[in-house]
Amino acid sequence: MSPEHSILTPEEQAVVHEHTVLDRHRLMEQFHNLEQQTETALVGMWVFLATEVLFFGTLFISLAVYRYRDNAAFTTASEQLNWMIGGINTVVLLTSSLTMALAVHYSKLGNRRALVWYLLATGVLGLAFMGFKAREYYEDFEENLVPGTRFFDDAEWLERGPRTADNPTANLTPAQVPHVKQFLLLYWIMTGLHAFHVLIGIVVLFGLAALAKRGHYSPVYYTPVEVTGLYWHFVDLVWIFLFPMLYLVGLHNMSEIHF
Amino acid sequence: MASAAHAHVMPIRNYVLVWFVLIIMTILTAAVSFFELPHMFWNIVVALVIATFKATLVVLLFMHAIASSRLTWIVISFAVVWLGILFLLTLTDYLSRGIVPSMPGH
Repeated sequence: MSPEHSILTPEEQAVVHEHTVLDRHRLMEQFHNLEQQTETALVGMWVFLATEVLFFGTLFISLAVYRYRDNAAFTTASEQLNWMIGGINTVVLLTSSLTMALAVHYSKLGNRRALVWYLLATGVLGLAFMGFKAREYYEDFEENLVPGTRFFDDAEWLERGPRTADNPTANLTPAQVPHVKQFLLLYWIMTGLHAFHVLIGIVVLFGLAALAKRGHYSPVYYTPVEVTGLYWHFVDLVWIFLFPMLYLVGLHNMSEIHF
Repeated sequence: MASAAHAHVMPIRNYVLVWFVLIIMTILTAAVSFFELPHMFWNIVVALVIATFKATLVVLLFMHAIASSRLTWIVISFAVVWLGILFLLTLTDYLSRGIVPSMPGH
């Protein structure tokens, strides 16, 4: 962006270079006004998120279709997952969404200290999520829930049947074992892709915190904070659906409560 | 300057309240999944209704959709519509298999 496109006078630009806060809030020539410029950035992120909805949507519909085909196998496979870690991670992500919302809130009010603090808090909660995830994946490795040599040991799965009250010794049939593997593959693809999104978010959040500390954002210009907020809340949103659809499927088999 | 509509400021209390409801809903969805409802179908319905409620709270209040422009609302609506088409057409196929008898010669 060359100086002649600036809406600021040379005197104002001198101020701008001292306080980088205002430097970024210049009108680019393709926009009518600053309001439109900001809205374009926001709508751009919403459009990206709309594509992400379909991206994750295809995975959720795969899960639905294959679960419909063999619910017993999917329930048995889901029982092997650690729903407690999934639950803790849900709380961690929801809390990080709160801190993100507060970061956007304080960037509007121009409270730079609070903005930096809440951006860092959000990033740290993201790291905590990844930590629990790592712990969970490690357990999955230990329990042979990962595609690998012993993953294809069908006999092991035949012993784990759908344990219902009516039939406590029920086992899966050999024909159902591939469906168990299918659930686990979907689990790895879906949580893996989600974790990848979280990682990207963490990098962006710490980058934003560094820029915020240097005074890049003000009540006049905080579009990057707001746009990152949209992305982060979306990542939270995906997890809101992943948690019940992956982790909670088999829980009712583990309890004695039946209607 | 940034417009007044853009700088939508909610009291912090509201954010904390939304977070609290989200946490309660998480506990609720986990608790319900311990019960075996009369049919597997109802377990899925309850889980989806709670998740959709949580997602709506996040989109409206955390993502400020409630105060965003008409253009943003169009984008959000189309995301939902496209997802609906994806689900509807796929399920129409898979759930009806076996209902429609196979036709000879096809």
